[in-house]
Amino acid sequence: MGCTAADVVAALRAAAEVVREHRDELVRLDQAIGDGDHGENLKRGFTALLSRLDAEEPASPGKVLKLVATTLISTVGGAAGPLYGTAFLRASAAVGDAAELDRDAVARALQGALDGVVARGKAVVGDKTMVDALTPAVTAAASVDGSVAAVLSAAAAAAAEGAESTVPMVARKGRASYLGERSAGHLDPGARSTALLLRAFADAAAKA
Amino acid sequence: MTAASDPGRVGLVIVSHSDMLANGVAELAAQMAPDVSVLPVGGTEEGGLGTDYGSVVEALADADTGNGVVVLYDLGSAKMTAEMAVESADDPSRYAVVDAPLVEGAVAAAVAAQGGASLPDVAAAAEGASGETPAAAPSRPALHLVPDAVSAEILLTNEVGLHARPAALLARTVAELDADVVVRYGDEEANAASVLALMGLSAPGGKSITVVATGKDAGEAVRRIEELAERGFDD
Repeated sequence: MGCTAADVVAALRAAAEVVREHRDELVRLDQAIGDGDHGENLKRGFTALLSRLDAEEPASPGKVLKLVATTLISTVGGAAGPLYGTAFLRASAAVGDAAELDRDAVARALQGALDGVVARGKAVVGDKTMVDALTPAVTAAASVDGSVAAVLSAAAAAAAEGAESTVPMVARKGRASYLGERSAGHLDPGARSTALLLRAFADAAAKA
Repeated sequence: MTAASDPGRVGLVIVSHSDMLANGVAELAAQMAPDVSVLPVGGTEEGGLGTDYGSVVEALADADTGNGVVVLYDLGSAKMTAEMAVESADDPSRYAVVDAPLVEGAVAAAVAAQGGASLPDVAAAAEGASGETPAAAPSRPALHLVPDAVSAEILLTNEVGLHARPAALLARTVAELDADVVVRYGDEEANAASVLALMGLSAPGGKSITVVATGKDAGEAVRRIEELAERGFDD
């Protein structure tokens, strides 16, 4: 029992709602150590995504993910646009044209997303970025048995923990790195948004 | 500029978070390189601070007059946006995103492009531009040691000496010719192909520089620089 294009679209609609709800929180986190636009940028991107999904429903999960990528790249801006855009683009490539995604395909998509983010942003674990949330998520997804929902749930839990681990870190990438030691003590907004998105996907999969 | 050396120069795209910054850098670079397409891309669609992917994609295409485009950026996410735009192009090999100091790199790249340098050479000129010391663009051997060198001592008759515009004029003059030229002032030596290296000599008006040239057009290079100096660099 896999995850169809319609399931992926439903998960993205849920994610857009979560982004909207957490817009102010992400802005506050980014104001503390960045340029303060992360919440607004993501909200703009996912709002644009919703209108594109209203206009067309791509035929396969891979095509949905590709539509997400191109939409976020051209509407989010900042670092998050290219990073999330690349993540979804690589996730799309990882699942190919399959009509349904099984648990292995979902794990592959997450791995592809992580590889893309690392290639684009050159960050490693410990740099206080979304990589700190995505890396444990990928590891958890690959090591858990069961359904797509179980895989995503494990990934979301690991991402939340990974995001929390960024609090004491000193940023080594992105705008926050200019703050040096002063970046410690704050949750990284990119890691937080990654964890939020994965939680939204997991919750949607559990309902499907 | 001769028609033969003008099949289309390498273009430049300046990607910044700020529209004003992108425009300012482009203005400064274009002053040194009147025939080079230097396109600024800055700010978001709504006019705020940020980089807009679609605008970068458009600028890459517009700046490409046939010989490719070198892309310079200000901060990390501008780099990522530029790299994505390049990867999405029909032929990514026509574009080079360079890691260079924005202002010095843009000026060095513009002058190299004006001189008709190829895409890799324009990229190298930008990457070799350092904010700290006189930069040698493409590094060359110590030319004054070459036996068939032509040299001359030239008095800088203009008031500012080898400042930005005169240095750019000198570099452009040399770039048109088949000659390797170094300029010496005091103990310092600069590759005449690098406007930044020339500026780094800090040779003031009223002082003399030594020009040493090798290659087929060595004599012509020295003669043209002498003429340029006599005209006070058209100041």
